Amino acid sequence: MGRILLICRLAVRDLRRRPGEAALLLLTLTSATAMLTLGLVLTGVVGRPFENTQEATSGPDIMASVAPIDGQAADVARLEALADEPGVTAHSGPFPYSQSEVSAHGVAAVAWAQGRDTGPAAVDQPALTDGGWVRDGGAVIEASFAEALAVGVGDTITLDGRTFDVVGVAVTANTPPYPKSCFAPCYFEGEEKLNTLPPPVRGKDAPPTAAFLAGPSGLVWLTDSDARSLVTTPDHLAYVMNFKLANPADAQAFTNAHQPHAHTEPFVQNWAEVLSGHTWIVEKKQETMQAGSILLGLLALASVAVLVGGRMADQFRRVGLLKAVGGTPRMVAAVLLAEHLVLALAAAAAGLAIGRASAPLFTDPGSGLIGSAGTPPFSLATVGLVTGAALAIAALSTFGPALRAARTSTLSALLDSARPPHRTAWLNTLSARLPVPLLLGLRVASRRPRRTLLGVLAVTVTTCGIVTALAAYANRYLAEKAAGDDPRLAISQALTLVTVVLIVQACVNAICITRTTILDTRRSAALARAMGATPRQISAGFAMAQALPALIGVLAGVAGGIGLAEALDDDPVTVPPLWQLLAVIMGTMVVITALTAVPVRISARRSVGEILHGDSR
Amino acid sequence: MTIVDPLPGEDQVLRAHELRKEYGTGTGLVRAVDGVDLAVTAGETLAVMGASGSGKSTLLHLLGGLERPSGGEVWLAGRRVDTMTEKELALLRRKAIGFVFQAFHLMDELTAVENIELPALLAGDSPRAARRGAGELLERVGLSDRAGHLPTELSGGQRQRVAIARALINQPLVVFADEPTGNLDSAATTEVLRLLDSLHTAGQTLVIVTHDSRIAATADRLISMRDGGFVEETRLRHGSGRMVGELAGLEG
Repeated sequence: MGRILLICRLAVRDLRRRPGEAALLLLTLTSATAMLTLGLVLTGVVGRPFENTQEATSGPDIMASVAPIDGQAADVARLEALADEPGVTAHSGPFPYSQSEVSAHGVAAVAWAQGRDTGPAAVDQPALTDGGWVRDGGAVIEASFAEALAVGVGDTITLDGRTFDVVGVAVTANTPPYPKSCFAPCYFEGEEKLNTLPPPVRGKDAPPTAAFLAGPSGLVWLTDSDARSLVTTPDHLAYVMNFKLANPADAQAFTNAHQPHAHTEPFVQNWAEVLSGHTWIVEKKQETMQAGSILLGLLALASVAVLVGGRMADQFRRVGLLKAVGGTPRMVAAVLLAEHLVLALAAAAAGLAIGRASAPLFTDPGSGLIGSAGTPPFSLATVGLVTGAALAIAALSTFGPALRAARTSTLSALLDSARPPHRTAWLNTLSARLPVPLLLGLRVASRRPRRTLLGVLAVTVTTCGIVTALAAYANRYLAEKAAGDDPRLAISQALTLVTVVLIVQACVNAICITRTTILDTRRSAALARAMGATPRQISAGFAMAQALPALIGVLAGVAGGIGLAEALDDDPVTVPPLWQLLAVIMGTMVVITALTAVPVRISARRSVGEILHGDSR
Repeated sequence: MTIVDPLPGEDQVLRAHELRKEYGTGTGLVRAVDGVDLAVTAGETLAVMGASGSGKSTLLHLLGGLERPSGGEVWLAGRRVDTMTEKELALLRRKAIGFVFQAFHLMDELTAVENIELPALLAGDSPRAARRGAGELLERVGLSDRAGHLPTELSGGQRQRVAIARALINQPLVVFADEPTGNLDSAATTEVLRLLDSLHTAGQTLVIVTHDSRIAATADRLISMRDGGFVEETRLRHGSGRMVGELAGLEG
């Protein structure tokens, strides 16, 4: 007990002696754990609003639609036959619909214009969030579509050139929100693919209806007569029906049993697929957070390892003193580990609190559903996982230096003879042929290859995160942005957060590396000055020492970022514009160079004599 | 304060006037160097002795431009040093000054020959010329067979001989040596003494701060310091160097 108390006391005292470093470690670990918490608690947050919407709209368990193909009218009889299937307890429809170009406030988009009775339907009666239900000449717009088009009750829209008053805004549980609303034949991606249609993808791992979309589309309800009047002939109308099952859990089996084998057959969707369309945005945010937390965890690992390594270089004498007064190697290692584990626990607690408090900012289910997501789930498993991750990062990065400190002989520790630098003979020979800043830079970089590698890793991870965010933006903004205010841009919240935290973290990491490098090479730098190197040459040399490996990291990060974006997105990835990639490369190099050169220049103000005299004492 | 002048008519390479260095303020003020006047002629070996804390190492750093004085002037080869910018100082150190430190201060990751050639590379010499010069100096200090060895593979005396060779590579006007035998045993001290003596004989200007009376005995002049000021000057010229050399055990 006494020994544990002693270890704790020594650990706390050392942390107090170095509040700046402790704060950096805490910041690094907290950002990673907060991001991980967010990634974990966003699971299933949209479920409740979808249930609300289903209840309020008498939402269907199964939706089926059929479209005209090759000039043949839609096979409505086949659609209606589904109502007689076992397990079906109620239905509504068939409701006619067609695709039209909708235009409002100068924004044009594609709409599914669906004809409905003016009276309520037994299944899928859209719940009005504003205004009234359809009337001749009056349209009701699905809520997420209305928000994207920035229209409300009292506005007018045109459908294929015909003007309609917006009389209401409503939500439904029978199709995913704009821009992923989908009925046949969107599933078939155009009639020209009739003969090459692949078998439909189903099952748990199947993407939501996104893969079947022909393009961004929203939903508008009209009266039956208005809907029919939008097409030149009734044969061009498609039809949709909604079904209730005796047991909603049978919906997947029902869908499996009615998979279409030809375009003439009804396209069947179940409620889980619609829910998946609604949760898509939050799921993407969650994936972004989780990927971000992994990147931040790696960065934290690099930062903590560099900081701990730097502290060890600076603390060798203290280790020797501890051992000289009877501390065992195990005790020395325990003190170092205890310090960082305490910080990790504090960071985990802070990360969990921040993650939990900020989660509601990322759980907006969108305007297509009723109600809010409520408090995100916060389980013991989340606490355990986040705390475990923080402890693992701290332990992994501290274990090596702690072990080395414990194994160092007491005498050499007391003499403060830090670990000798690494020698790379070929690099020394090569650098002799280069200008002085490059000569100094290469030699500084090669002194501590592990630290250089950690620096490369940190830059790679940061650039990777930034490029992933840029690729996602490029995809949404440039490649496939839906008309109007595309709700999928909400993902940018998460991307922006991850990017900002990554940049902050990377700056912390660069400061840690620079600080440690300056501490470690202060004697060499002072010696170089004593031998005639100018302050500018020293600054440039240190900047080169960071910038040269950073360039490798930046290039690897650009490639990795595009790969990560591809892995995170269902859709084909869009490579960010060249100017953005060049800006990332140049910006990173400028930041790294500045973060290095400025403190080196400042530290060069200390006189050579003072450094060398202090170092030899 | 003691004013120490070189012999009349001799060329002054290094000169200090009213040189001061203070640390701290108020009651904590420490005058490490307190109003020193000094002149060193070309080819002269000057030894500065004194107890720990007498200010001799600080004086050396001030004369070599490693630290900025609080007051006074330092002149080297006719150029005023104390008002130079850091860049000007660096350029001056490159060509005109060589340093030898008590703790050797060799780069641990560089071999002996790489350590010696580094100042030449910093001065812009070609790699080939720098390596050739380093090789010649290694031979001169008797370490040709240790060219590829890292400092950790050398004895204390060998390290200091490498450090001396490094100080000489750019053919400086003055070599400043701060306790060059302070970290060495008796045998290694003798090695370094022989080397310094040979430099003296070859006409190299040397300013040596030392505790070691054997080193002091090889000098042309000996200055004693106390509390930041000079308290005594002794001239050891015209044959006395040889005699003291014998005393120091360098002969035979």
